[in-house]
Amino acid sequence: MNTADQYLKAIYLIQEQENGPAATGRLADALDVSPASANEMIGKLEGRGLADHEKYKGVSLTDEGIVRARDALRTYCIIERFLVEVLDVEEFRTEARQLESVIDDTVADRLDTIIDRESECPDCFDPEADVCTLLEAEYPLADSEPAD
Amino acid sequence: MSVTRQVRSDHQLARLLQIGMVLEEVVEARAYKHAQELDDEELDADVRALLEHAAEESADHRGRLEALVAELDAESIPFDQIEGLVEAQYGQTKPEDFDGVLYDQLCNEETAYKFYDDLIDAIEASDAQFGIERERLVATLRAIREEEADGVEEVTRLMEDRE
Repeated sequence: MNTADQYLKAIYLIQEQENGPAATGRLADALDVSPASANEMIGKLEGRGLADHEKYKGVSLTDEGIVRARDALRTYCIIERFLVEVLDVEEFRTEARQLESVIDDTVADRLDTIIDRESECPDCFDPEADVCTLLEAEYPLADSEPAD
Repeated sequence: MSVTRQVRSDHQLARLLQIGMVLEEVVEARAYKHAQELDDEELDADVRALLEHAAEESADHRGRLEALVAELDAESIPFDQIEGLVEAQYGQTKPEDFDGVLYDQLCNEETAYKFYDDLIDAIEASDAQFGIERERLVATLRAIREEEADGVEEVTRLMEDRE
């Protein structure tokens, strides 16, 4: 997933939680980047018509940005489910976060051909818990896994 | 979450190589199934040869990736189970006709190419020390990537010939 798509996904999830624009500081924290880097990418997303930024309020996705963000979230759900269902990775939440920047959506689509994913994806994703709720029910968070 | 496309550890590298192994298994199984399911009237000799070559090449790539993973300190993956999963899901996602078979093959080769391309970039962007000599690791992945590029070219040529 490229950097722009990771930003779109993060903005989408923060907007879902806040029910409003995503503050730049919160976005930077979620992505573990500096506020300056976040601002730079927000500018690029605005330039591509994917987001709107309002000073002191934060960033909101446009309709096109929402479509792209939901695609990115779907890719993330595929990575999580692939890790746990196919590779038996117990700490799939942590590993999905580590691997998402290297797994392209075309690759994820191929991985999707060998997993059982529900049709409600990506609405199954819980922004608060940062995990697919269906996976959360099937594979509850182990005590050893950090929730970060 | 990391927005930087980098491979930071042996564990992460092993996991990505394992994902590559699964992708190769998907290519191998699908090419083999396509060749098996279509009869000689539907499948001309060139396409049958392409599918058989693709299956053999993917098995070889998987072996080379497996050898790299074996050099890293990584837990093994349940490969027998993965073969079963690929087989079980094939029925739900198989192409419906001959053109679909070629398109599916093109998609397989392009996806594998993209995967190795991104993986090489992520390794080169990292200054981590891996349990494998970096030069040999990258050379192996580049060689595999080039074979995938040749595969894309070959399928494209066959598709153009049919037009």
